[in-house]
Amino acid sequence: MSARRETFLWVAQRATAVVLALCVFVHLATIIYAVRGGLSAADILGRTRGSIAWGAFYSAFVIAAAIHGAIGLRNVAGEWLGLRGEVSEVAMTVVAVAMTILGLRAVAAVVVG
Amino acid sequence: MEVRVWRGAAQGRFEAFEVPRQPSQTVLDVVTHIQRHLDPTLSYRFACRVGMCGSCAMTVNGKPRWTCRTHVDNVERDGKLEIAPLANLPVVKDLVADMQEFFDKWSRAGGAFKPGATRADAFASVDPASPARREADAGVECIGCGVCYAACDVVKWNRDYLGPAALNRAWTLVNDVRDAGQADRLRAVAGDAGCHSCHTMMSCTEHCPKKLSPTRSIAGLKRATWRLALYAPEDG
Repeated sequence: MSARRETFLWVAQRATAVVLALCVFVHLATIIYAVRGGLSAADILGRTRGSIAWGAFYSAFVIAAAIHGAIGLRNVAGEWLGLRGEVSEVAMTVVAVAMTILGLRAVAAVVVG
Repeated sequence: MEVRVWRGAAQGRFEAFEVPRQPSQTVLDVVTHIQRHLDPTLSYRFACRVGMCGSCAMTVNGKPRWTCRTHVDNVERDGKLEIAPLANLPVVKDLVADMQEFFDKWSRAGGAFKPGATRADAFASVDPASPARREADAGVECIGCGVCYAACDVVKWNRDYLGPAALNRAWTLVNDVRDAGQADRLRAVAGDAGCHSCHTMMSCTEHCPKKLSPTRSIAGLKRATWRLALYAPEDG
C-alpha cells in the first residue's frame, strides 16, 4: 500500500464527510419542511419526479456515502478485526460499488420512476 | 500506605507492600523504598530523578506517568497505589518495559536528521520566530519517556502504528529547514501505520508529562503528506 494512495484515501474520507454533512442537513431540513402538511408517497414523488436538481443532489449524497462508508469500514476492519492488505482492499471496493449501485438505483426510482 | 506492584513479565501478579508515607513523596521514591528496604529483587528503571531523562515512566493507578515527578499525594486512591510497567510494550521484568520497539519506530518514522549541506556551505540561518521553527520548538522537548505510546489506543489496536512520540519527532524534523530527507520521511509516516491512523482522541496530549501535543504534530503531518501526495506523483 503506497503512502500516496493511503493519503488520498484519508483525504477522500474527510472530503466526503464535508459533503455528507451538507447533504444530511439539507435532507433533514427537507423532511421537517415537507411533513408539515402530512406525508404521502405521492407528495414525495411529486417533488422528486423529473427533478434534475433532486436527482443530482441525491446522486452526490449516494456517491459520497459510498466512498466515505467503504473507507471507514476498511479502517474498522483493520483496527477491530485485524484485516489489512488485499482482503480489506477488495472488500472495500465491493462495498463501495454495491452501495453506489443500490443507492443510484433508489435515486432513479424516485426521480425517473 | 498499601502499594501493589507488578512482579514478573507478561505473566505475573501484583505483590502488596506496606510503604511509609513521607512529605512530597514521589512514586519513584515509593518504588526505591521497596527495592532498598523491602525486596531488593524488584526491577525498575530510572536515571535522572528530575524529569529530564524519560526512563522512569510506569503505569500508576491505571495511568501512564513519569514517576519521578509524580507526587503520591496527587495519584493515591484511598491511600493505595497500584504500580505496573508501561502498557503497549513487552515487559522485561517487574516494572521494566522493553523500549526497543518504541525507539525502532522513531527510526522507521525518519526520526534521524538528514543533513543536506556540506562544510563548504554557510551556516543555516533559522529565524526563531519563523512559523516552521515555532512548530519544531513546540514538539522538540520530548524526553522519549513512552507515556504517550502507552496511553495510545491506536497503538493497542495496530502493533505497527508508529505512535505519537515517533510521529511528533518526525514533525519536528519536517519543520527543520536544514533537513534534506523530507519526502522519504513523509512517505514513511503516511498510511495505515502512520499519521493517517490517528483518531485524534488526544490521549497522548492528555498524558504527556512535558505538556506537548503530539496530536497537533500528527495533524501537521497529515497536511504535509497531502501536499506531498499532490505535488510529488513519482511516489510508488
